[in-house]
Amino acid sequence: MAHQAATGLASDAEEIRRIVLEQSFRAGVGHIGSALSIADILAALLGSSASIADPADPDRDRLILSKGHAALALYAALAVRGRVSAEQLDTFCGDGTELGVHPEPTLAGVDFGTGSLGHGLSLASGAALGARWQGSARRVFALLSDAECNEGSTWEAAMFAAHHRLGNLAAIVDLNGQQALGYTEDVLNLPGLTDAWRALGWRVVEIDGHDTAALASGFAAVGEEERPTLFAARTTFGKGVSFMESKIEWHYLPLTDELYAEALAGLGGGST
Amino acid sequence: MRTAFAAWLADRADTDDRVRLLTGDLGFQVFDGFAERHPDRFLNVGVAEQNMVGIATGLGEAGFVPFVYSIATFASMRAYEFIRNGPLLHRLPVRVVGVGAGFDYGHNGMTHFALEDVAIMRAQPGMTVVAPADRAQTRAALDAIAELPGPVYLRLGKGGEEVAELEGRFELGRSITLREGEVMLVALGSMAGEALAAADLLASAGVAAGVTVVSSFTAEPDPELDRVLDSASVAVAVEAAYVNGGLGSCLAERIAESGSRCRLVRCGVRTMPHGLSGSLDFLNDVAGISARKVADEALRGVALAAD
Repeated sequence: MAHQAATGLASDAEEIRRIVLEQSFRAGVGHIGSALSIADILAALLGSSASIADPADPDRDRLILSKGHAALALYAALAVRGRVSAEQLDTFCGDGTELGVHPEPTLAGVDFGTGSLGHGLSLASGAALGARWQGSARRVFALLSDAECNEGSTWEAAMFAAHHRLGNLAAIVDLNGQQALGYTEDVLNLPGLTDAWRALGWRVVEIDGHDTAALASGFAAVGEEERPTLFAARTTFGKGVSFMESKIEWHYLPLTDELYAEALAGLGGGST
Repeated sequence: MRTAFAAWLADRADTDDRVRLLTGDLGFQVFDGFAERHPDRFLNVGVAEQNMVGIATGLGEAGFVPFVYSIATFASMRAYEFIRNGPLLHRLPVRVVGVGAGFDYGHNGMTHFALEDVAIMRAQPGMTVVAPADRAQTRAALDAIAELPGPVYLRLGKGGEEVAELEGRFELGRSITLREGEVMLVALGSMAGEALAAADLLASAGVAAGVTVVSSFTAEPDPELDRVLDSASVAVAVEAAYVNGGLGSCLAERIAESGSRCRLVRCGVRTMPHGLSGSLDFLNDVAGISARKVADEALRGVALAAD
């Protein structure tokens, strides 16, 4: 795709969405809505932070996709940055692939494998503490789903990171309002979520999770304060595909031929 | 054993700058020496075992060798999935240290009895499991695992006498036979003393009983264990753990897979200690793993083998 500098991140996000649709359709697997809701966040993270640096550089920023079920969006984002090839993408969910439904640490660009919810923020806290102990300026970003805030271990890590003032750590919570079997407000309501993080000592930034420019400038500022940052990213589940948006069933459903064509056509309309 | 561990780690940290010690708010006074010598390498993460292992995983990826410490039940089971998806999946040198083998925390009740920690750790192919018999062997075992690139589960007894016959020997993945005999008592770590006492009881009953001490499990078969099972007519597993999944199961697997004709008796805990607490000696006897009960079981095994 042709990218113009001013809209580069937004068009990266659109390309991520296109790859998500293409590969999930080809492989016949779901988790599409969860991947679409973080396309802009990943475009901004990989397009603006040192996360794109050499995977062999110990001082690169670390990115942990704690909501591992949206790994396809991460593969797409890595592909957009040239770190996963088109041929690799076409192995998604094939036998023996490096690109499964959840990210494996054996894939270059994946520092930590995930798939069980509630692990990522602990890993990120350790990574951030390690950076401090090594005197490295690297930063750590953990991308969580809102339903991961159901997990007690997320709060263990949230307390730890705030207590130890891990300013080089950022958590991004994808507030798409949905989880596997229902809307978060029906399953386990989180009305005071941002207040809770703030009360623990986190710097809370409420942000539009689809505004790539705002996200990029927000991520650029991580590390400037002596406390961890929570990006409360308001997103739309299934963003960019009108018939998926905010629909519970698209947590798991795969695409049919007709719906795939409709979804692609909708993306072209530039709903992002 | 934990004081031996703490002293070893403080010395190790003098020469290995990767070493860090995390505790889940346990180890009262045990780590004062370490914290004094290495204040910037000691961290109490609070009562949060899952998070402690997650943090250790993040540190391990950055190049550190974190030791995480708690009571064995909490270190192994509360954090089990974090251990599996963390240091195991990522092949990182995290050392999970659990204190209290079997009924070591006797008065504290079921929540503190480590009865299946070895079984669940042994089930993981990438995990090296170490269960020393005494303080001297703890030091030797720590030397042996210090440079391992993958994770280790270290099960430390809370107290106990030194096992003089061991002379502090330890070889990773290889058990040590202290006495040869037609009946072999095979003890897991902290039960070495009880097994030796049982062998003495058997000797006075006219039965020549030997003792082998198993202090580690690795991915490879233990050649000394195979030798013992090949030559003995009766093997008696002696472990402060549930009978299923741990040392007794390991012996059963090796006997079955090798085609040995050795008769196996498993001395371990067979029922959940429901509402039961007391001294270590009391609980070992109730569970059937005191020296006297082990000797009785060995005699039963001899009778079975003779049938």
